[in-house]
Amino acid sequence: MNKLTPPTRLTGWGRATASGASVLPVSRGNIADAVVGAPERGALVRGLGRSYGDAAQNAGGLILRLAGLAGDAVLDTVQHTVTVGAGVSIDDLLRVTVPQGYFVPVTPGTRFVTIGGAIASDIHGKNHHGEGSFGNHVRRISLLLADGTTLEISPSQHTELFWATIGGMGLTGAIVDATISMLPIETSRCIVDTTRAHDLEHILTLMEEGDDRYRYSVAWIDLMAKGRHLGRSVLTRGDHATVEQLTGSATSSPRHYDPRVVASVPPVVPVSLINNLSVRAFNEFWFRKAPLYRTDEIHSLAGFFHPLDMVGSWNRIYGPRGFVQYQFLVPFGQEDALRHIVERFAASGAASFLAVLKRFGAGNAAPLSFPAPGWTLALDIPASFSGLGEILHELDHTVLDAGGRHYLAKDSHTTPQAISRGYPRLAEWQDVRNRSDPTGVWRSDLGRRLGLIA
Amino acid sequence: MHNAFAQPQTILLLGGTSDIGLAIVRALVSPTCHDIVLACRNPSAADEAVASLRADGRNVTAVRFDASQPATHAALITDVVSRVGDIDLVIMAFGVLGDQGNFDQDPVAAAEAVTVNYVGGVSSGLAVAAQFRKQGHGRLVVLSSVAGERTRKSNFVYGSSKAGIDAFAQGLGDSLVGTGATVLIVRPGFVHSAMTAGLAAVPFSTTPEAVAEATVRGLHAAKRTVWAPGILRYVFMILRHLPGAVFRRLPLG
Ligand SMILES: Cc1cc2nc3c(=O)[nH]c(=O)nc-3n(C[C@H](O)[C@H](O)[C@H](O)COP(=O)(O)OP(=O)(O)OC[C@H]3O[C@@H](n4cnc5c(N)ncnc54)[C@H](O)[C@@H]3O)c2cc1C
Ligand SMILES: NC(=O)c1ccc[n+]([C@@H]2O[C@H](COP(=O)([O-])OP(=O)(O)OC[C@H]3O[C@@H](n4cnc5c(N)ncnc54)[C@H](OP(=O)(O)O)[C@@H]3O)[C@@H](O)[C@H]2O)c1
Repeated sequence: MNKLTPPTRLTGWGRATASGASVLPVSRGNIADAVVGAPERGALVRGLGRSYGDAAQNAGGLILRLAGLAGDAVLDTVQHTVTVGAGVSIDDLLRVTVPQGYFVPVTPGTRFVTIGGAIASDIHGKNHHGEGSFGNHVRRISLLLADGTTLEISPSQHTELFWATIGGMGLTGAIVDATISMLPIETSRCIVDTTRAHDLEHILTLMEEGDDRYRYSVAWIDLMAKGRHLGRSVLTRGDHATVEQLTGSATSSPRHYDPRVVASVPPVVPVSLINNLSVRAFNEFWFRKAPLYRTDEIHSLAGFFHPLDMVGSWNRIYGPRGFVQYQFLVPFGQEDALRHIVERFAASGAASFLAVLKRFGAGNAAPLSFPAPGWTLALDIPASFSGLGEILHELDHTVLDAGGRHYLAKDSHTTPQAISRGYPRLAEWQDVRNRSDPTGVWRSDLGRRLGLIA
Repeated sequence: MHNAFAQPQTILLLGGTSDIGLAIVRALVSPTCHDIVLACRNPSAADEAVASLRADGRNVTAVRFDASQPATHAALITDVVSRVGDIDLVIMAFGVLGDQGNFDQDPVAAAEAVTVNYVGGVSSGLAVAAQFRKQGHGRLVVLSSVAGERTRKSNFVYGSSKAGIDAFAQGLGDSLVGTGATVLIVRPGFVHSAMTAGLAAVPFSTTPEAVAEATVRGLHAAKRTVWAPGILRYVFMILRHLPGAVFRRLPLG
């Protein structure tokens, strides 16, 4: 067995779930030894800890931090793929590939996630309605199993284990490296159309009617607006700009890419800076600053996809008690459930900014993949908001009764029952996992809390 | 595992029939809670509590536990783990008040009370902490008392045992920093419960439900200590520093 280091307290991005684990930095060369020597409470790979709840925690067990160098990534410009270590971040990868004319097939709202985390959560981006989730673009994975052996898995090799690993939350094994299909781009800029929607009805209609004309589409909803403003939103849609679409100084450096973090929140913020007043003011400002309708604006990649990354450690503004992100999906046709939930939050008075609405396209073959055709809403709320636990348990029923589900990478509150209802193929996934990891080496707090693992 | 709202999935109440302890359990039960174990001197005395907590498919059981038998405490924790898995939350709510007049006549009875309140708290607290370290998470709530803040002539045997368990819990909390486990010390004033039945209430008296509410808030906010009612924190800041001659004359019961 490994000599375990003293435990380190770990939380998710929301900073509201804490547990202690022994943290071990590993490389491709020694990760197998670490797994074979894992303690009774098992092992788990932690990426950049951008999941909001306890997905990347393993209380009392071992946490592996897998090193990765973007410089070692191999770009195949014939197949348009990259083969990259799972510990490499999308941030580092893009710095290598964008100047060479390639973008990741799917990006979340932050570039500070690892390739391993992107696969394990089967992340989705603003292009889900047309191009699906990250797993759809994974060509192969090299997976380290519980017994220390490494297996090549792909949509045609060990198919079941492959799809159980996509969205499998690190509980089928350690993703060591992967080959991903990349998107050829001409420039490092995006061309963007912006529209304001005056209420929920309006935004749903705009998205239903127009999303298919755009590669990327996302709406931001002001969840604090009530009455006739309920659901007022700003919709941004766009695509990668072509060289021809660039003007001015951008034309001389069409693939220039060097995004910066411009400010950082200090480590200790004694109280939450997020409250009803500050968020209401921010939302009002954000809504009013958006143009009623504007087309063909040129944005940087970072400005369009990762605006939050400009502020380092922004999760600290919620103070020591942290926050939760509630992200759920309801199928098309269940817009009433969506409306009910928007109304419930608006009436609750909870300070919520950054509520994001997306239309999902078809899902994939992974039993635990979150996306399916329908609407997904994600909102951040301070964990200290009184009665929030009860409100979310209540809304869980609305989501499940509508045939929807919750996103594991964001969850920090729900029940095993809610997950088994939302993911009817859970037992099938458990069966695959139990066969590849019969003694249950791969474990996480999320897995324990939600009954994913025994 | 606790969720982001400090809602536990599994709860162990040491002193399974305690009015305050049960009020805390009731305040913490949410849809995520699936197992509750009431550890009692006499498990059948908890029948009513077991029945009232059992709902929505939740498992509730009463097991035998005697605080005055330290040698049995580690085995109790092992037994509870075998029933429910990880223990998310332990509430240490056992205790005896006793009668100071009686203790003055019967030093052995006084020593027995201290054995329950303090010695039993130390042995069960350490057994819980060992399990928390192993599982990498867990919250321990210790029912201390303002009686331990400054002992009074009317109940100094009880008060001194509470002072001891309070000091123990502070140190235990410090020793667990970084492990993922935490300790919350609750210092109630006079609470209307079985323990105080028949005694004349003193100023700022409160109810088990109010103590439970303060405890849940403390857990949610990851506090290290809570007072119930909260004003007692300030009252005792003053009382602690009063000259003995003045303190002795106060009508504190
Ligand atoms: C600001 C922000 C915006 C976001 N926007 C989106 C979004 O638009 N869409 C979306 O889908 N998600 C979004 N997310 C969530 C994020 O994309 C996922 O939580 C992602 O998994 C985080 O990656 P990570 O490297 O930080 O992984 P961690 O959070 O560290 O881990 C997440 C899971 O991946 C597993 N894992 C990590 N590496 C490996 C590996 N090498 N092998 C096996 N398992 C592994 C872990 O065990 C864990 O279960 C957002 C998060 C933030 C903070
Ligand atoms: N009430 C107050 O005013 C007040 C104020 C401050 C602090 N507190 C503290 O709060 C805690 C709970 O008190 P309460 O008010 O809820 O009183 P309670 O209802 O009398 O509860 C005390 C519990 O302790 C149990 N107990 C006593 N001796 C035991 C032993 N040897 N082994 C196991 N269990 C034993 C009792 O069990 P049985 O049913 O078997 O007797 C009872 O369940 C105590 O620690 C108390 O000191 C109380």
